[in-house]
Amino acid sequence: MEVEAAKMIGAGIATIGMGGAGIGVGIIFGNYLSGALRNPAAAGQFTNLIFGFAVTEALGIFSLLIALLLLFVV
Amino acid sequence: MGYATNPIKQFDIIEIFSFGSINGFDLVFTNSALMMLVSVAIISGWLILTTRGRGLVPSRLQLVSEITYGFIANMIRTSTGSEGMKFFPLVFSLFTFILVSNILGLYPYFFSVSSQLIVTVALALLVMGIVIFYGVWKNGFKFLKIFVPSGIPLVVLIIVVPIEVLSFLSRPLSLSLRLFGNMLAGAIVVKVFAGFVVSLTAMGLIGIIGAILPLAMTVALTGLEFLVAALQAFVFTILTCVYLNDAIHPGH
Repeated sequence: MEVEAAKMIGAGIATIGMGGAGIGVGIIFGNYLSGALRNPAAAGQFTNLIFGFAVTEALGIFSLLIALLLLFVV
Repeated sequence: MGYATNPIKQFDIIEIFSFGSINGFDLVFTNSALMMLVSVAIISGWLILTTRGRGLVPSRLQLVSEITYGFIANMIRTSTGSEGMKFFPLVFSLFTFILVSNILGLYPYFFSVSSQLIVTVALALLVMGIVIFYGVWKNGFKFLKIFVPSGIPLVVLIIVVPIEVLSFLSRPLSLSLRLFGNMLAGAIVVKVFAGFVVSLTAMGLIGIIGAILPLAMTVALTGLEFLVAALQAFVFTILTCVYLNDAIHPGH
């Protein structure tokens, strides 16, 4: 296999990891909404929501970074 | 590839003028440095201009500055307690600088400072340096308690402590890469969809009609990017507060 083609395929595979981060972020916001709608007093946890979102999203960004490194740097 | 088609070309650092070189290091004023100066000038100018009157009943412009102050002050108080207020200047500067440079980068022909890894790494290392320095200076040896969660059996600690150490070491990495990755990815996605518009309109009448779809997508994505720009500035600031809380009160 040519190196250039392998890089493209590798970048494509690396972006699959972002799907996992998408599922995680969806679970976080979905659970926040269902919790806040059932008990509006719990809606004050916005800071913790954003904190969890940021920590989860970082892992998706890592896999995006691998894809970008494969495409443009290596 | 040219400027219109290559999505990574917009992050090129261009030399504006050179101060010469010292020992082989080029001292160059770049578009990145220019945009940082513009961000700082906008923040300082805005704050000086709006708080010049200092009315007891604030004017509308003064209210914007006061709301920003109250927002950051409230964030620090809820996550670190009133002891953390001594870090208010740092947190406020970080928030306004990241917010303004994120939003400036969304305008056409402007350069996005926060999509340069070196800038975000410098900001993250500044935060982590302050956390470690202040934590050791304030608590001394007790600072190491951040690696040992309380109320956990001794046997489990053998597994937990290495994980905590690893998690602490990965903080500057994730803090810098999150801001960098979000701003870089957003700019690239907008550029890719804008590139579809250009290549479709070159195909004739059907292409021009078809180009409405990617154009609408570009507009929608630009709106999303404004949300992401504000959200990432908020995320960076809230994580700074959480890490500062570890330095002020080590031991969970």
